[in-house]
Amino acid sequence: MLFFVGPVRSVGRGAIRSVEAVGRSGYLAADAARALRKVELWSPHILSEMSRIGVESVPIALFIATFTGIVLALQASYTFTGAVPEYFVGALVGKTMILELGPVLTGLALSGRVGANIAAEIGTMRVTEQVDALETLAYDPVAYLVVPRVLAGAIMFPMVVTLASLVGVLAGWGTSMALLDMSSAEFQRGLRLFFEPWDVQFALIKSVTFGITVTGVGCSFGYHTRGGAQGVGQATTRSVVIASMIILVLDAFWAAVLL
Amino acid sequence: MSIELVDVHKAFGANEVLRGFTLTIQEGETISVIGGSGSGKSVMLKHIVGLLRPDQGEVWVDGDNVGRLDQESLYRLRRNVGYVFQFAALFDSMTIAENVGMGLARLQGYGKEQIRERVAECLRLVDLEGFEGRYPSQLSGGQKKCAGLARAIATEPTYLLYDEPTTGLDPVTTSVIDELILRMADELGVTGLVITHDMKSAFRISDRVAMLYDGSVRFEGTPSEVQSCDDPVVKGFIEGRPELLESAW
Repeated sequence: MLFFVGPVRSVGRGAIRSVEAVGRSGYLAADAARALRKVELWSPHILSEMSRIGVESVPIALFIATFTGIVLALQASYTFTGAVPEYFVGALVGKTMILELGPVLTGLALSGRVGANIAAEIGTMRVTEQVDALETLAYDPVAYLVVPRVLAGAIMFPMVVTLASLVGVLAGWGTSMALLDMSSAEFQRGLRLFFEPWDVQFALIKSVTFGITVTGVGCSFGYHTRGGAQGVGQATTRSVVIASMIILVLDAFWAAVLL
Repeated sequence: MSIELVDVHKAFGANEVLRGFTLTIQEGETISVIGGSGSGKSVMLKHIVGLLRPDQGEVWVDGDNVGRLDQESLYRLRRNVGYVFQFAALFDSMTIAENVGMGLARLQGYGKEQIRERVAECLRLVDLEGFEGRYPSQLSGGQKKCAGLARAIATEPTYLLYDEPTTGLDPVTTSVIDELILRMADELGVTGLVITHDMKSAFRISDRVAMLYDGSVRFEGTPSEVQSCDDPVVKGFIEGRPELLESAW
């Protein structure tokens, strides 16, 4: 029986740590909501954060979207050959990029680029007492560090996702014409066939929540970092893993609730 | 105008760091708190500015019970207390001028020009004139500590808390920092609380010295009283003789 004590204890400790982390994040979210009224602390940083989180993420988001669009067109053509009219390639590329792959792949990529960056930066500030220094200088660190990042994420993620989805569709379009002997008109016909304006709104709603998730989780793990370099490393890794998991759960949630 | 820590208890999990710590710092005096590594000196200091709250006991600053203040009152109190961090805690992404001006930017009545002038004045006080445009990574350890001190005094606080201001510095830089602490007290009338391991420094800059041991104050007195103290724990610590500390256990 004693053989089971170690693993059970370790699972129990892990569960307690997880509950504590959720509780800490909840408190931080409540503090961030309260800190919104301290406009003078977060507003000077919002533009630079929007640039860092959004504009600087555009190249990686477009790179992923381009190749996703190419692969989607080629695989759709391969799957549909002989069974479904070829112009359905346009329908599949458009629908899939806008509804699913644009927001989710961009969200996952940015959880690595943006979330990790935020967790490492704030985590380093925490372990080098820079967060304490902010407090002693009468700055609310939540208003100063967390609010501008989360707001920038909520504003910029939909923009990056829109751009990525557009480029993915264009890449699929170009691939269809160049490699699948489809005409532009055929692709457009497929693209229009099942397009609903609601699809775009759905993608935008999802990407706002992905933006808040990635930046919020990064801030939370960074803000609660303990220890030295090892603590910063753990916070960074965990923020990417947890944000990615939440993105996938949210993806399923929005699909179930809104579609 | 004083700082009072009354029967402060603080534990982190099973580790009870402070166990009934009591100390009063009167206006205008400089007190050094000495004690072994991990004895809770920095923990005690963080209670004064409300970075930590006591599990039991009270911390009073200018008649305010720090543990019971709401966030806004706490920020108001902090504007009156300068904190010099052990490793300076300068903001990496900012220049030295921006670092020193951070506290001023939160005060009313300070425009850009007044901040620039005050920053230059503070940097002159700590012998860092002309370092305004440099980044913390371009400074030596001693210069960083001086910049941290400049940031702490920029808002002209009534109290200055120093967390190991001379640790890791060469003797010359240590002497420069000591001189600065004395100047803060003499020229600006600042009340100082210094956490240090450096006995020479403690005896030079302090009006009183308190030794933190086993979570509470073991001995408190003037530098000469501490030096003539017969308590083996105090004697063993200030003379660096572990055999005396062991005999006390």
